[in-house]
Amino acid sequence: MTDLLQVAGLNVSFPSRDGPVRVVRDVTFNLGRERLGIVGESGSGKSQTGRAILGLTPGSGTMTADRLTFDGIDLRQASVKTWRTLRGPRMSMIMQDPKYSLNPVMKVGLQIVEAYRRRGDATRADGRDRAIAMLEAVQIRDPERVFRAYPHELSGGMGQRAMIAMMLIAEPDLLIADEVTSALDVTVQLDVLRILDDLVRDRGMGLIFISHDLRLVSSFCDRVLVMYAGRVVEEIAASDLHHAQHPYTQGLLNCLPQIDGARGPLQTLTRDTAWLA
Amino acid sequence: MSDVSTRDWLLSDRPASRRQARLGQAYRTWSQLRRNKLAMVGLGIVVVLIVMAIFANVIAPDDPIRGGDLRTMRLLPPSWSHLMGTDDQARDIFSRIVHGSRLTLMVVAMVAVIATPIGLAVGTTAGYFGGWVDVVLMRTTDIFLAFPRLILALAFVAALGPGIENAIIAIAITSWPPYARLARAETLQIRDADYIAAIRLQGAGRARIIWGHIVPLCLSSVIVRVTLDMAGIILTAAGLGFLGLGAQPPQPEWGAMIAAGRRFMIDFWWVATMPGIAIFVVSLGFNLLGDGLRDVLDPKGET
Amino acid sequence: MSVSPANEGGRWRALPILGLKAGKLIATVAVTFLGLLVVTFLIGRVVPVDPVLAVVGDRASKSTYDAAYIALGLDKPLYQQFFIYLKQALSGDLGVSVLTKKPIIEDIARVFPATLELATAGIILGTLFGVPLGVWGAVRQGRLPDQVIRVVGLVGYSAPIFWLGLLGLLVFYAKLQWVAGPGRIDIAYEYTVTQTTGLLLIDTAMQGEWGAFRNVLAHLALPATLLGYFSMAYISRMTRSFMLAELGQEYIITARVKGVAEWRIIWVHALRNAAVPLVTVIALSYAGLLEGSVLTETVFAWPGLGQYLTNSLQNADMNAVLGGTLVIGIIFVGLNLLSDLLYTVLDPRVRRRS
Repeated sequence: MTDLLQVAGLNVSFPSRDGPVRVVRDVTFNLGRERLGIVGESGSGKSQTGRAILGLTPGSGTMTADRLTFDGIDLRQASVKTWRTLRGPRMSMIMQDPKYSLNPVMKVGLQIVEAYRRRGDATRADGRDRAIAMLEAVQIRDPERVFRAYPHELSGGMGQRAMIAMMLIAEPDLLIADEVTSALDVTVQLDVLRILDDLVRDRGMGLIFISHDLRLVSSFCDRVLVMYAGRVVEEIAASDLHHAQHPYTQGLLNCLPQIDGARGPLQTLTRDTAWLA
Repeated sequence: MSDVSTRDWLLSDRPASRRQARLGQAYRTWSQLRRNKLAMVGLGIVVVLIVMAIFANVIAPDDPIRGGDLRTMRLLPPSWSHLMGTDDQARDIFSRIVHGSRLTLMVVAMVAVIATPIGLAVGTTAGYFGGWVDVVLMRTTDIFLAFPRLILALAFVAALGPGIENAIIAIAITSWPPYARLARAETLQIRDADYIAAIRLQGAGRARIIWGHIVPLCLSSVIVRVTLDMAGIILTAAGLGFLGLGAQPPQPEWGAMIAAGRRFMIDFWWVATMPGIAIFVVSLGFNLLGDGLRDVLDPKGET
Repeated sequence: MSVSPANEGGRWRALPILGLKAGKLIATVAVTFLGLLVVTFLIGRVVPVDPVLAVVGDRASKSTYDAAYIALGLDKPLYQQFFIYLKQALSGDLGVSVLTKKPIIEDIARVFPATLELATAGIILGTLFGVPLGVWGAVRQGRLPDQVIRVVGLVGYSAPIFWLGLLGLLVFYAKLQWVAGPGRIDIAYEYTVTQTTGLLLIDTAMQGEWGAFRNVLAHLALPATLLGYFSMAYISRMTRSFMLAELGQEYIITARVKGVAEWRIIWVHALRNAAVPLVTVIALSYAGLLEGSVLTETVFAWPGLGQYLTNSLQNADMNAVLGGTLVIGIIFVGLNLLSDLLYTVLDPRVRRRS
C-alpha cells in the first residue's frame, strides 16, 4: 500500500511562563488508504497532531518534523499557494462541535458551496446542486431546508452531517476526524459514524480518527495509535488490541466495563512518570 | 524577620496575619504593574501633577493672578524667563498652569470622593436586595445614563450657577451611574456565593454584609473604572471651563485659559495651546495608569 | 430528525418577535423619557435665579410680577407644576426662548439640521477609517497597525476636542488655508441656496449650486474630521477587539481547512460576525458625537444645537437650556434603542431565541 502520509519526528511546542511546553513529541507513523485511530486523554496531543498535519498549528506554537510528507509533497515547507491546493480538494478535517465549527451568521448551504466553488471554478447553480447531492449522501432527509438553514437551527447530529458533507464535497484523499462524535448523544454517534464509514469506504480515503473513546476507535479503525503526554506509546492493529504491550493501553482497556466481564470494581489508571520522558 | 528578607516575607504563601496577606497582595499587584512601562509613565505623570499641586507656590516662578508690566510683558513668546510665554494680562503662563494643577487635582479628587461611594452604595444595594429596590435604583441610574455626560453637567451648572464647586457637583452627579452599574454587576455575581451565605448564617446584618464583604470585592474593578474615568472627568471639567462654567477668572483653570487665549490664537498661539498640552498630558497619564491597572487587576477586560 | 418548523418563512418570521421586543423596549424608553422629564423639571426648579424676573425683567411693577408669577404656574404645588410641564412637553411645547422670543421647539427644529449634518459626516468618516484600521490591527496583531490604533486611541481619549479644534483652525485654516474657517457657509454664498432640508450639502447639490456646494464642503471638512477622529479612535479599538474574538473561533479554522482565501476569511467570515456588536458600537459612537458637537460647534461657530445650548446658557435662558437638554436626551435614548434593535435584526441566533 503506497503511503499517503508520512510523519516522522513530529514535534509541537507552545511557549509558557516556565519555558516551552512540548505537546507533541517525536510522533512517527505512516498512513495509507486505511483508517488510523489516535486515542488519548485530554492533553495527550492528539488534536494538535491532526492540526499540525494540516499546517494549522496555532500561531503561538512551533511545529518541527523530520519528515511530513503528503503524497510526495513536503508539508513542512509548503507555501500558502501549495496549502490552498491541498486543503479542501486533497486534505480535510471535521471538528468536534458544529455549534462552533460552523459560521453562525452564514446559511449552511452557502458554507458547503464555498467548500466546492473556490475561485469561481463552478457556477452557482452547479455548486448548489452538488451541495444538495452531498446533503443527501449524508442521509439528510430534507436537504433543501438544511441548505437554507442557519447552523443554530440544526441539531447536533444534523450539524455534524452537514460538516461531513462540507468536508467531503471536494473529494479529498485524506480526512482527519477530530472527536467528531464527542459532542453527540450515543444513538446519534452511531448514525454519524455509519455515514462516515460508508463514505470513506466508497471513496477509498485515508482517515485519521481522533478520539478519547478507545472502544469506539477499536471498532471503527484498522490500526490504533495510543498517545500519552504527547508521545505515541503504542501502535497496534485494532484486532490485536487485547494483546497490547504498553501498561497505559492495558490500563485503558481494563477500565472499560464489559457486560460479561468480572463483577468487581473497575481498574483505575496508574500513571508512571517514566512515560513522560 | 531577621533572616527572611522583606520581599520573601511579602511573597510568602503562608501569611501569618491578615496584614501580611494584604501587604503581600498589594506588593504583588505593584510589581506586576511596575513591569508595564507605559503604566509607569502614567503613574509618573500623576505623581508630577500631585507634586506640582502641593508645591505650586515653590515651583511657579511668578504670581499666577497678578501680571507684570502691561506695557512690556504682554503676550511674550516662550523663552527662558517665561517657559510658556505670557498671556494678554502679562501673566506667566507656566506659573498659571502650575497653579491650575491644584484646581484640576481638586476636581478629580472631589468627584472621585463623591461619586464613587454613591455609585458603590447604589449598585451594591440594588444588586444585593434585588426585586423592586433593584428596579427603582436601576431605572434611576439608567435615566442619568440617558444623558450625555457633558450635556447633563452643563444643565446642572446652568441651574446652579457657574463656579468650580458647582462644576464639581455637576460632574459628580453625572459620574456615579457607570460605577453603580459596575458594582451591581459584580454584586450579582458574588451575592449567591457560599461565603456570603456563611456570613449571613453567622448573624451578620445586611448592611454589614454589603459594606464589610461585598464592597471590598467590587473595589478593584471600580478602582480601575474610576481611574480610567478620570481622564474623562478632566476633559469634562475643561470643557465646562472652556464654556465659562467652571472656575471663574482670574483663577487659572486650564479650560478657561484656552477660551481666553482663543482670541490670540493666530499670532500668539502659545496662550491657548499650552493649557491644552497640560490637559492632554494629564489625561494621558490617567489613561495610561488606568490601562495598566486594568491589565493587572482585571485582565479579562470586564470593565 | 428534521429541521424544526421555526425555520419556516425564514427571515420575515422574525417580524412578530421583533415587534414584541420593540414593544418592550419602547415601554422601557417611555419610562426613561418620563424620568428625563423629571430630571429636567427638577433642575429647572433648582435655579437660584428667579424665573419670573427672567421673563418680566427686574424693573417690572409688582402687579406685573404677580401676574407673571401666576401665569407661569408658580403658585401651584410642585407636582401640579410637573404635570403641566409634562403635558406641555408631550405636546411639543417646551416654552419660549427668552433670547429669541420664539417657541423653543421651533428654535431647536431650526438649528438641529446643522448638528445632524456635522455628526453624520463625522460618523461616516469615523466608520470609513476606523473599521479598516481595526481589522488591520487585529490581523497584524502586535505590530505597527496595532500600535497605531493604540496611539490614535490614547490621543482620542486624552485630548480636549475644543483644543484640537482650535489647533486645527490655526494650522489648516490660518496657516495652510486648506479649509474654510468657522461657520457653515461663506456669506457670499449664503443666499444663493434655499434651505429645504437644512442639510446644506444636500440642498446645494439638489439645486445645482456647485460653487456653494464646494464652499459648504470646505467649511464642513475640518469639524467633521475632528469629530470623525474621535469616533474613529473608539470604533477602531472596538473593531480590533471584536475581530480578534472572531478570528479565534472554530469556524475560522473550518474555513481555513476548506481552503478559503485569507481575505475572504477576514472580510466575509470574521467581519460579518463582528459586524453584529460593531453596529451597536457605531450607533453609540454617533450618540457620543452629539456630546462632542457641543464643544465643536462653539469653536467653529457652527449654528447647531450645541451652539444653541451654549448661547442659551450664557444668556441664562433656562428653558432653552432644559429644552435642548431634553431633546438631546431623547435622541440619545433613541439611538440606544436603535442599536438594541439592530442587534436583533443582524444576529440570526437572537432572532430565533426571542
